[in-house]
Amino acid sequence: MQARRMALIAAMLASGAFSVARAENASVTIDNFSFNPARITVAAGSKVTWSNRDDIPHTVTDAADPKTFRSPPLDTGDAFSHVFATPGTYRYFCSLHPHMQGTVVVK
Amino acid sequence: MERVHETGNEPGPERRGFLKCMAWAGTGVLWTLSGGVPRSMLLGSRAIAAEPAGGELAFIQISDSHIGFSAPPNTDVAATLGEAIAEAVRIKGNASLLIHTGDVSHLSRAAQFDTAEGIIQGAGLEPHYVPGEHDVLEEDGRTFFERFTKGATKGYYSFDRQGVHFVGLNNVQDFKAGGMGSLGNEQLEWLERDLRARPGSQPIVVFAHIPLWTVYRDWGWGTDDGARALSYLRRFGCVTVLNGHIHQIMQKIEGNVAFHTARSTAFPQPAPGTASSPGPIKDLPAGRLRSVLGVARVREVAGAARLAIVDTPLSA
Repeated sequence: MQARRMALIAAMLASGAFSVARAENASVTIDNFSFNPARITVAAGSKVTWSNRDDIPHTVTDAADPKTFRSPPLDTGDAFSHVFATPGTYRYFCSLHPHMQGTVVVK
Repeated sequence: MERVHETGNEPGPERRGFLKCMAWAGTGVLWTLSGGVPRSMLLGSRAIAAEPAGGELAFIQISDSHIGFSAPPNTDVAATLGEAIAEAVRIKGNASLLIHTGDVSHLSRAAQFDTAEGIIQGAGLEPHYVPGEHDVLEEDGRTFFERFTKGATKGYYSFDRQGVHFVGLNNVQDFKAGGMGSLGNEQLEWLERDLRARPGSQPIVVFAHIPLWTVYRDWGWGTDDGARALSYLRRFGCVTVLNGHIHQIMQKIEGNVAFHTARSTAFPQPAPGTASSPGPIKDLPAGRLRSVLGVARVREVAGAARLAIVDTPLSA
């Protein structure tokens, strides 16, 4: 049993299926009507979590059409997470305060 | 203290028609117009008391009640809305309408709408609402439109009252990244049709949540396609545009169009660019909150084609 599991893991490593292992979780805070940091770079498969620390609700909304991620309204203290599986540059904004913008670069 | 100022300045010929159209006054600050530029001074001897109403149309504007907000500087926004409604009752005179320029709620929740509606009904005035961005967070605004803009499924509509044409607009949906408020092509086409057959002499009152003019682009305080809406209004002799959203009084005159933004009944926001963000002003001196919240009474004097707006804070 143990041997079979080891063999499976070895096979997955060899096939690159564990590239997700390099992914890291990243955090963005929402303070003072801005995303901090406004630009982050993460590995593919990373989960990014936004936390609203403002007294005013905000959203995290993909700027592209069609939208691949879109949070519900985040009240004070609420958080939203999204896993970025595919490399690319993802611009997003707050759909309530569209001057608030951020970027996630996925490598 | 309600005061209406009528300017004693001799206007240039191009301004004369406009100055007959309207005069501005704000409580504590007196607005006058010189060469189209609004100027303010403290209320004083040049201010005269409002004349008794006679055959005029008056209405109340309130804005940004944000029911559901509970943080400094105001943890009881239902109470301050209640005070605003009591003030509206006190100053309403012969007003029969109440216009709410949006952000009725903080998070579009049914209980928040219930609370706001219950308090506002206490004014005994016929309410007309437009949505703020905080009111359309659920189901693309359907819950707001069903309750507050009945018959207008997209939140924009018009009606006539005593010869004045009122137009309520929705500029709080379909925002684009980096943009400001948005009316959209469909609504603009409707507006053009709505105004097309009206005589240029008819007074027009437009109300929408976000300012239709650009107050401050860096904070999104304006409407990207507002200029197109204003182009349809330019041929009218007396146009008043009432907005909210920025939680402070701002006024501007452009041709025959007068712009006015109302205070919030919930919390103040900073003047453009004077803070790192447009968030609530939290560090008000003790006891000063009610001096920066308020109600506006708009008086449209049909016979004299003159309109006045008086902003009243909830306390001095």
